[in-house]
Amino acid sequence: VFPWFGLDIGGTLVKLVYFEPKDITAEEEEEEVENLKSIRKYLTSNVAYGSTGIRDVHLELKDLTLCGRKGNLHFIRFPTHDMPAFIQMGSEKHFSSLHTTLCATGGGAYKFEQDFRTMGDLQLCKLDELDCLIKGVLYIDSVGFNGRSECYYFENPTDAERCQKLPFNLENPYPLLLVNIGSGVSILAVYSKENYKRVTGTSLGGGTFFGLCCLLTGCSTFEEALEMASHGDSTKVDKLVRDIYGGDYERFGLPGWAVASSFGNMMSKEKRESVSKEDLAKATLITITNNIGSIARMCALNENINRVVFIGNFLRINTISMRLLAYALDYWSKGQLKALFLEHEGYFGAVGALLELLDSA
Amino acid sequence: GGSLTKLAYYSTVQHKVARVRSFDHSGKDIENEPLYEISVQEEITARLHFIKFENTYIETCLDFIKDHLVNTETKVIKATGGGAYKFKDLIEKKLGLKVDKEDVMTCLIKGCNFVLRNIPHEVFAYQKDSDTEFRFQTNHPNIFPYLLVNIGSGVSIVKVETEDKFEWIGGSSIGGGTFWGLGALLTKTKKFDELLQLASKGQHTNVDMLVKDVYGGAYQTLGLSGNLIASSFGKSTTADKEFSKEDMAKSLLHMISNDIGQLACLYAKLHNLDKIYFGGFFIRGHPVTMRTITYSINFFSKGEVQALFLRHEGYLGAIGAFLKGAEQDNPNQYSWGENYAGSSGLMSTSPDVYPMQRTRSGTFDMLEMDRLERPLVNLPLLKDPSTYIPDTVDLTDDAMARKYWLTCFEEALDGVAKRAAASQPDSIDALERAEKFRQKYWNKLQTLRQQPFAYGTLTVRSLLDTREHCLNEFNFPDPYSKVKQKENGIALKCFQSVIESLDSLGWEERQFALVKGLLAGNVFDWGAKAVSDVLESEPQFGFEEAKSKLQERPWLEDSYSQWLERLKEGPPHKCALIFADNSGIDIILGVFPFVRELLSRGTEVILACNSGPALNDVTYSESLIVTERIAAMDPVIQSALREEKLLLVQTGSSSPCLDLSRLDKGLAVLVRERKTDLVIIEGMGRAIHTNYYAALKCESLKLAVIKNSWLADRLGGKIFSVIFKYEVPCK
Repeated sequence: VFPWFGLDIGGTLVKLVYFEPKDITAEEEEEEVENLKSIRKYLTSNVAYGSTGIRDVHLELKDLTLCGRKGNLHFIRFPTHDMPAFIQMGSEKHFSSLHTTLCATGGGAYKFEQDFRTMGDLQLCKLDELDCLIKGVLYIDSVGFNGRSECYYFENPTDAERCQKLPFNLENPYPLLLVNIGSGVSILAVYSKENYKRVTGTSLGGGTFFGLCCLLTGCSTFEEALEMASHGDSTKVDKLVRDIYGGDYERFGLPGWAVASSFGNMMSKEKRESVSKEDLAKATLITITNNIGSIARMCALNENINRVVFIGNFLRINTISMRLLAYALDYWSKGQLKALFLEHEGYFGAVGALLELLDSA
Repeated sequence: GGSLTKLAYYSTVQHKVARVRSFDHSGKDIENEPLYEISVQEEITARLHFIKFENTYIETCLDFIKDHLVNTETKVIKATGGGAYKFKDLIEKKLGLKVDKEDVMTCLIKGCNFVLRNIPHEVFAYQKDSDTEFRFQTNHPNIFPYLLVNIGSGVSIVKVETEDKFEWIGGSSIGGGTFWGLGALLTKTKKFDELLQLASKGQHTNVDMLVKDVYGGAYQTLGLSGNLIASSFGKSTTADKEFSKEDMAKSLLHMISNDIGQLACLYAKLHNLDKIYFGGFFIRGHPVTMRTITYSINFFSKGEVQALFLRHEGYLGAIGAFLKGAEQDNPNQYSWGENYAGSSGLMSTSPDVYPMQRTRSGTFDMLEMDRLERPLVNLPLLKDPSTYIPDTVDLTDDAMARKYWLTCFEEALDGVAKRAAASQPDSIDALERAEKFRQKYWNKLQTLRQQPFAYGTLTVRSLLDTREHCLNEFNFPDPYSKVKQKENGIALKCFQSVIESLDSLGWEERQFALVKGLLAGNVFDWGAKAVSDVLESEPQFGFEEAKSKLQERPWLEDSYSQWLERLKEGPPHKCALIFADNSGIDIILGVFPFVRELLSRGTEVILACNSGPALNDVTYSESLIVTERIAAMDPVIQSALREEKLLLVQTGSSSPCLDLSRLDKGLAVLVRERKTDLVIIEGMGRAIHTNYYAALKCESLKLAVIKNSWLADRLGGKIFSVIFKYEVPCK
């Protein structure tokens, strides 16, 4: 029964995937209730919903076959704080009359369950976050990205001229370390489709970057924060190894360019007064990214895994972080570890939820 | 350092020591002569000093060094830390010495190894919500390997495997500098200490996104509690809300502490280590950061890794730099002891309760360590040196006992000061010095009331030792020397008649009489309040009277029957090690007849006495004279001495108590050589306040008379109750 949705309600963002059937027969079209039709039209004919909902058109998967049906998969996101409005809309559009199951994962599936029931007359099917995530990753990687590779890596990540984004064949994915960077970070070791475990997590994630940027620069969107960061110079904010030792610290094999103390220069009043908001945004981004890289690297070593796949919406339009992760992992592991990325960054949980819906049907 | 200078220097200290020397008695009437000669001599010993002060006083400090620098071949001064750069020119100009900069981390680790090896109770774990927040650790005989996490402006993680082998295995840029720098930006608060103050008042839940904010409750399937932080600063992702300074500072503190803890655990796991020592300015004596780091380590390691802190963490770099400079003299070949009189303790953890203390310690602080003449090692017979704890009661833990003993020592103080003054009747400034001693020890006791953990675990032993150190500080090396001399003389006169009466008894009766004699001798203890009162008023308090005071069998702790059985049925012991207690009647009429009986059974005896004076305890040099005199009267003792079946050794200690993990190396060697299979520990200080629960690899006998009614009450007995604890290790 259409419609087919998968929902992932995170701490900051709600991710919604919607399967738009393109092989609707005339009879089906005839039978399709008005509600359903209007939902389909509304979602597919717009790229923005309300003031905050966005459809990532560039991620759309075309001509996908799911459960014997052909269609397009759409990727939509909006802030979690608009969740009540979303439920309200569902209620106004009489979503409950469609008698479909709404599969949801993420913390919000628990947090908003009650609201869905009382405000929207909808029973959520709550799904495990990690199950969905892994299912989604494996599925999207297997179907590819409209004929291209879903998985990629960076060659020469620090060299602006020579840096290249290259496809990576993830045909034999196991074992892999999956680092999901949302508001916070979860790190999973995946040994097979069913065999995986959450290794650890850190609270220093995308939410920390954005939260600190808001406090430090007064910015109000993630995009704005990233834009500022792209124009900043973090070395004015951070204390580097060379700032302390005049060059490399050879005793420990530390290169002079390495950050010795994040925000370390900000201990000095003069330096606090001479940095720009852009510098601060960049330093925040570098601090959080390096830290995630460092924890991921340690987990990979402890789990004896050498492929690390970074996903999550922190990486959306965030080439700085991706290239830094790629470089840091390679450098500190002396080439032993490889950082991989996936095109659909933050949508795997939602895709997993959709797949669960189809499995259960 | 950035704001504090830590200076380490080595000096020789001149102080008075008491010496005893046998008179030449040939051809003289010895009846009315004292037994031996007592003299007070000047002795020069080596001491290491560590001083910490604010950088603003550096010039004053350099003047001090210039005035006191003994003309040696010293051409260089070793320096480490950020300030080594800054003050290089000033130091070189003022002192005319070349400044040699040493690698920070190398110094840190050298210093760390040194304190771990030489200072008992150096290491502590932090535990919140307990009566005392610091839990001190027993020094493990093998300190390696360990992880040192130094949280300065950044974080360095170093794995230390041996004295000279260490490796930087990782680090993080998120450290103290991040807390300070980012904190200053967020809160407009400039000082590190003020930021910590803010943090301790804040609510991080207003700024952080918690698991329950995302899930509406706990994340059950993963077992993540709802209060866990899902995203640090995850709630500040808005431009139109104000956050309080306190809340932001708290959130920042949690973020950084958790991150460091997590990384430290990951490194510990990778390298298979379970001890992590934390240091650096982020930690330095700040209960707030010790608490958050401890929490983080517990959380991320699920309790498998322990976060540990060091009492003298702030000095490590200076100690290391000093050791680098003194490599030729190899200070590591010696054992060192913390001098409680010359060291300021840890600062208070609750500045609100005791602000003065904190201010003082924060800016000026010192540590003194005396070089011990001989190296100290574990008693080879300890069952498990890594878990051995000398002290029976931890007064940091036991508030009631702490209160009692502190009061007890306070009340006894006037008497001790009076006795000290009286012991030097010919000295014109004895009264003045005694008053200074009284004041100093009184202040120490007051500090300990406020901060029981100031010098490590507070115990009766540490209270006694501190008193001895303070007495020495004011040149009262042996206040009881004359008393001991007199008592030894009196007791020697009775020796033969005691032996005769013992010899007239049947075997079984004699065994009991010997034990009773040993116990009665132990009543003669000036350290015990009840006895010193009696001794003060009735100097002739006799041996026989003491016996009558003893509790009748069954004793409070009574395994005499097993002991008797062992003597009757078992083969003679190969060699017995006896730790003696008091001089006079105790050693001469109690211990020696017992020794004599053991020798007669074919058991060799190692008699161990203190190296230095403590109360009326018999010292090694006194024991030599006493033994010589007894040998002159008694053929058994004489031949045993000649055939080296009776050996006199020193313990390496000057304490009324006994730490079996810090004993003279010579003693340990002898114990091993002679295949010692029986250890006898005598007296309240050595067998009750310490070692009551000590487990040994061989048979042991712990005996004492409880001469303190409070303690007797605690153990369920009365004053003059008897402890006779014979233990056989389980197979």
